[in-house]
Amino acid sequence: MSDRVLFNLLQVAVVLAFAPLVSGVLSRLKEMVQSKRGPSILQPYRDLWKLFHKDEIVSEESSWIFRFTPYLVFVTPIFVALLIPVLTSYPLFFAFMGDMLGGGFVLALGGFFATLAAVDSANPYGPIGASRTRMVGFLAEPVFMIVFFTVSFVAGSTIPYIVQQHWASAPDFFTPSHVLLVLAFLMLILAEGGRIPVDNPTGHFELAMIDESKSLEYSGRGFALMKWGGQMKFFVLLCIFLNVLVTPWGLAAEQHWSAVLLAIPLVLLKIFALILVLVVIESSLAKLRLFRIAEFLGAAFITSVAAMIAQVFG
Amino acid sequence: MNDATHPLIENLNALATGLFLLTAFGIIATRQARGCLNLFIVQSLLLAASAALLGLRFDSAHLYGVALVNAVSKPVIVPWLLRRVASAELYTRREIDQVLNIPTTLLIALALAIGAYFLGVPLAAAVDASVPTPNVPVGIAGLLLGAFTLTVRREALPLLIGLLAMENGAFLAGIAMARDLSMLVELAIATDGLVIVFIVGVLVRAVAQQVGSTAVGDLASLKETPTVSPPYEELG
Repeated sequence: MSDRVLFNLLQVAVVLAFAPLVSGVLSRLKEMVQSKRGPSILQPYRDLWKLFHKDEIVSEESSWIFRFTPYLVFVTPIFVALLIPVLTSYPLFFAFMGDMLGGGFVLALGGFFATLAAVDSANPYGPIGASRTRMVGFLAEPVFMIVFFTVSFVAGSTIPYIVQQHWASAPDFFTPSHVLLVLAFLMLILAEGGRIPVDNPTGHFELAMIDESKSLEYSGRGFALMKWGGQMKFFVLLCIFLNVLVTPWGLAAEQHWSAVLLAIPLVLLKIFALILVLVVIESSLAKLRLFRIAEFLGAAFITSVAAMIAQVFG
Repeated sequence: MNDATHPLIENLNALATGLFLLTAFGIIATRQARGCLNLFIVQSLLLAASAALLGLRFDSAHLYGVALVNAVSKPVIVPWLLRRVASAELYTRREIDQVLNIPTTLLIALALAIGAYFLGVPLAAAVDASVPTPNVPVGIAGLLLGAFTLTVRREALPLLIGLLAMENGAFLAGIAMARDLSMLVELAIATDGLVIVFIVGVLVRAVAQQVGSTAVGDLASLKETPTVSPPYEELG
């Protein structure tokens, strides 16, 4: 019992520790594709360290929402990390506290408050980006729902651990609905993570910003928390995608510290493979114009509904 | 085939049909004539793969023949013919018009696909219990989505591709339901398809040379004298 609590906390520690590394590796690989050297993969850690030691400036015009939001953005991915299989294939202590829908809503709560905070700061660019984020968000929401409901049709549950065990042992792994679900979820990760066909994560032009504009007014510790929270959210989404949907193998099956610790490099290896795919996608596509994003997410929606009808009728 | 590999083959077949459905949606939604053609090529290859897998499943040499005809005629000969006959329309124009905007189009297409499932699943069960289930509904969906492409597209070449996509859908349903149709019929259909491509291609080129565009939506009224097309007049 105590082991299960400790493993659960270890999962959170892994998410906390390796989320900046994932974003560092991703940006380094992208720079290498463009024949540049790029920053060190440890740069995100240095950025966080620097920001935590800087002064924080908060506008007098802003309300409590602005001060409260960084903590919420930082804490929500940690909550989700308690619910999903990051390292183990058996349910841990907090696993039944919420299902994938619950996790999705907890993540959405962070996004919602980040939007409020962007409107709350009197910065003119904040509300522009915030309304764009909401547009992407509400177009992505039905895709999330349908993906999760199709998953629950297949596995009979929306608890991520049970879905993971269903697919790890399923004879029908490459059914059409599964492949279509994976496609839809990949498009969703690109949209929610602010990656390239939807948003440019390295762009610093305020008028074109979508995801970045929410943290424009933050400085010092608040900015560090926003950044770290965003990186953790991306890490958590990748974990759900890989450990539950695509490759439900390589997780610790026994309740030993050695098995659980061995799972850490395996999971990082899987994430690295996915990062390579993401680098290919981001380097070969151009950023979509704003009103084309609806088409991109419409395509994701169609894919997920096709998965559902293939599952229900097929 | 021994029984142990049947589930695997049927899964792979189901996968091919699922991706077939996606390409049918893609043909409606892409904005570029090249993308439309590329998706059609992928769709034809998926059709050939499904035919080959069903041939493996039912030990039918006839279905291998269908796979071969489809793998050669549509992905290779059709693009070659179009490149020879109507390359300007295909390769120089980037974006193509639609009557409806793309999200609306996709939603209607989705309703059509769900309707096809309602129609196709009982139909497949009524014909024969051994009919692989995904082929018939997806084939009907391909047929309907091709017909829908014909109604929403306003340019000649995407219209042609919609027509060919309809034929692909009919084939996908056909190979599952009528597995022992005479080879002659398949060859005749394949040849007919190529002749259609050729004739439409020549027509497109002729129309494009006369009028300057093949946007069907702009060709609503007759003109006495051959002039430049309306878009150019509006610009001037």
